[in-house]
Amino acid sequence: MIEARGLAKRYGDRRVFRDVDVRLESDGFLLVTGPNGSGKTTLLRVLAGLAAPSAGELRLPHRSTIGYLGHDPLVYRELTPLENLTLFGRLYRVSDRGERTGMLLERFGLWDVRHERVSTFSRGMQQRLGLCRVLLHSPSLLLLDEPSNALDAAGLELLDGVLAERSRASVVATHEPQRIERYATGRLAFT
Amino acid sequence: MRYFGDVVALARKDLLLELRAKETLPSMLLFVLSALTIFHFALPHGSGHVAALGLLWVALVFTALLALTRAFVAEREQGLFDALVLAPCDRSAIWLGKALAVVGFLVAAELVALPAFAAFFSAVDGRTVAAVALADVGIASVGTLLGAMAVAGRARELLLPLLFLPLAVPIVVGGVGASAGAGSRFLWFLVLYDAIFSLLAWASFEYVVAET
Repeated sequence: MIEARGLAKRYGDRRVFRDVDVRLESDGFLLVTGPNGSGKTTLLRVLAGLAAPSAGELRLPHRSTIGYLGHDPLVYRELTPLENLTLFGRLYRVSDRGERTGMLLERFGLWDVRHERVSTFSRGMQQRLGLCRVLLHSPSLLLLDEPSNALDAAGLELLDGVLAERSRASVVATHEPQRIERYATGRLAFT
Repeated sequence: MRYFGDVVALARKDLLLELRAKETLPSMLLFVLSALTIFHFALPHGSGHVAALGLLWVALVFTALLALTRAFVAEREQGLFDALVLAPCDRSAIWLGKALAVVGFLVAAELVALPAFAAFFSAVDGRTVAAVALADVGIASVGTLLGAMAVAGRARELLLPLLFLPLAVPIVVGGVGASAGAGSRFLWFLVLYDAIFSLLAWASFEYVVAET
């Protein structure tokens, strides 16, 4: 799914990381840990194809098969959940987007607020919607950056359900690995 | 067909965002009306129709700059470029959808600005309306590309005018020339400008949004 050798990333004179090797099978789960500012987010952006590595070799699947959740939920705040998912469903070529959108909103407890603007939501609800967006096109590679951010107990259980699925490869970056390390098949620790 | 469906969905999204947030159009309307009011009192009596037309074009270009400055605000503030860029749709559809929405904002502002100009100065003829419509296409195509480039920069509020205004000079030249009745060659000049810059912007947007 992902094969990377000797990856490095610099922004000008500042080195973010270097000599990173990643090999991830189609059902693998890579846990990326490290303190704030250690390069986890940058690595995920490189693996998503959103940033080019400064050095190294990288083989990635096509972007249509990647589900990426960054620090923000990446949804339009002035649109409703239904409008957001309908838009992204179209752009991500989801054929049964009406059915899929309904199923995800139901699963993540957002069906009753599907017509309300995202700007009225709590941060945790926005994160749930972000997870819906990520899963909408049934990606074969999930890249999640601090996915447990702002989630309450019920939200964390929903996240657990997503992470426990073995039908896809996952790379999850977190500075609090305790909750999700049981799913990991590989680890990458930044210092 | 799928490409144009994406474009329409993206443009519709921007118009819907504006309809709800009401952040861009009110400021454009306020600006263009204020500018025309100031020009009305600042222009010496008997300065002539051509001088007034020149000021109309100045007001329109700076009003357009307001729309362009806010064009990518939602994407910038909420990091949404990442989600759009990762989508398997053609990336130029993002540019075209945004440019169409900008044209919509410009047309809405001009529906108020042109009658206001007629009230303050003199009647607007068909050539001026045609020139304004052609200018909208050029402004939106060039400005949307530059707006996307400026989003990544730190001094984006400064960068966009610095990049856009020099490229808007031909639009003002063509617009004033066409409005002043200096022949249809100025309208054709605007058509040529639109064709060249729209093609360039459409083809280069992919590279503008790709981070290196």
